[in-house]
Amino acid sequence: MKIVPGAVCEAGTSRVNKTGGWRTFKPVYDYDKCIKCKLCELLCPDSSVKPREDGYFEFDYDYCKGCGICANECPKSAITMVLEEK
Amino acid sequence: MTHEMKTDKKNMVVVEGSYAVAHAVKTCRPNVISAYPITPQTHIVEDLSKFMADGEIPNCEYINVESEFSALSALVGSSAVGARSYSATTSQGLELMHEVLFNVAGMRLPIIMTVANRAVSAPINIWNDHQDSISQRDTGWIQLYAENIQEISDMTAQAFKISEDRDIMMPSMTCMDGFILSHVYEPLVLLEQDITDEFLPPFRPERILDPKNPMTFGAFADPHFYTEFRYQQERAMQNSLKKIEDVANEFYDMYGRYFGGLIDEYQTEDADIIIMAMGSIIGTIKDVIDRLREKNVKIGLLKVRAFRPFPAQDIMNVIKDAKVVVVLDKNISLGMNAGALFIETKSVLYNTDIDVPVIGYMIGQGGRDIPMSTIEKIVSDAEEVMRSGIKIESQFTDLKEELI
Repeated sequence: MKIVPGAVCEAGTSRVNKTGGWRTFKPVYDYDKCIKCKLCELLCPDSSVKPREDGYFEFDYDYCKGCGICANECPKSAITMVLEEK
Repeated sequence: MTHEMKTDKKNMVVVEGSYAVAHAVKTCRPNVISAYPITPQTHIVEDLSKFMADGEIPNCEYINVESEFSALSALVGSSAVGARSYSATTSQGLELMHEVLFNVAGMRLPIIMTVANRAVSAPINIWNDHQDSISQRDTGWIQLYAENIQEISDMTAQAFKISEDRDIMMPSMTCMDGFILSHVYEPLVLLEQDITDEFLPPFRPERILDPKNPMTFGAFADPHFYTEFRYQQERAMQNSLKKIEDVANEFYDMYGRYFGGLIDEYQTEDADIIIMAMGSIIGTIKDVIDRLREKNVKIGLLKVRAFRPFPAQDIMNVIKDAKVVVVLDKNISLGMNAGALFIETKSVLYNTDIDVPVIGYMIGQGGRDIPMSTIEKIVSDAEEVMRSGIKIESQFTDLKEELI
């Protein structure tokens, strides 16, 4: 991507900002505990919880900022926040 | 080329400096003018409001705002939709705009603003010096300083042309000394409508705000991108160095008037002493030079017309063979005990082969009169520097010790 003078851009270009780089802790699923309740998908403020074909979910680590809301709200404690190693 | 005016005297009229600027703005066919009164700028927007009321500025909105912050913020929107946008201010009003000045430059909006230069508070003072605009030097605005009302009038059209160039797209402040130029009546040729229509094409920016094609201006830029935006702004400023010269030359070809591009020179060819200054003091200095040249003092003047971008190369070319350079500043960087033009001039000489002594004088603060005798005293100091070197590098001028 090339930048445009004046930082003028069309809508939707924030996709190029891979905000996953801001993350300190990353969420990890334990699919044995998951009951497919969709709370994590519903509550994620960055639309970084993506449905899979089998009904479970996965994280989009390009945009997940590691806020931890999903792990905090999961009724089965199926999500663990793991320290990001860089 | 130095200062030249080929215009027929019968075309000249005597008007107030503020009227000359307002007339020039009208002639440039603005689309949006925002106005907030502040002395000594008020006459400019008053005259423009009269033009509006009389229907003399077609296709233009005149917006009364509640502060200078709003005056410039309103123009951010209007300039982004592609409207040629203008305002005028001074002193505390300009300082209140500080945050918006950065936004205008960062969004690359070629807004033109006349600054009727005035001292800053406190203590409150409405008279002229350059502290207000000099304090905004790092905001990304081109800054041009005028010597007389003919130049500030002509400079208005030049500024629109420079700023709106697609390689530049940076805003400009055209600076005139408050009262000394804004309120003086002088003969001049008002900016000619027919030539200006040819000189200044309509404003057609590459990108505009349009509901049919939504865009974000001044979008978020994280550490991955921010540096490159700053680099682009600096590159645009460097591009404007040549553009300011080209536009001044083109203006001369079409209108027959020239007051310098980035700089102007007077009697510098063989000068041992070169005085550097900006604004209306230039006229006084020229009179002093005429008087001293009769006494065979080899003295010349380097008028700095563009302070941003800083014309480092042009200044070096003029002063490289001088024996002493004297810089007069109507401002002070507190804590540095020096004025900005002096500081910048010294800084561009470091790391070069040029080894000329430079001394600085902070002068005319808060409108203190600068008589010819004061300049002559400074010149005699400069002669002493030629004989025995620098004793005081930078100092206040005409300081009244008895008041302290």
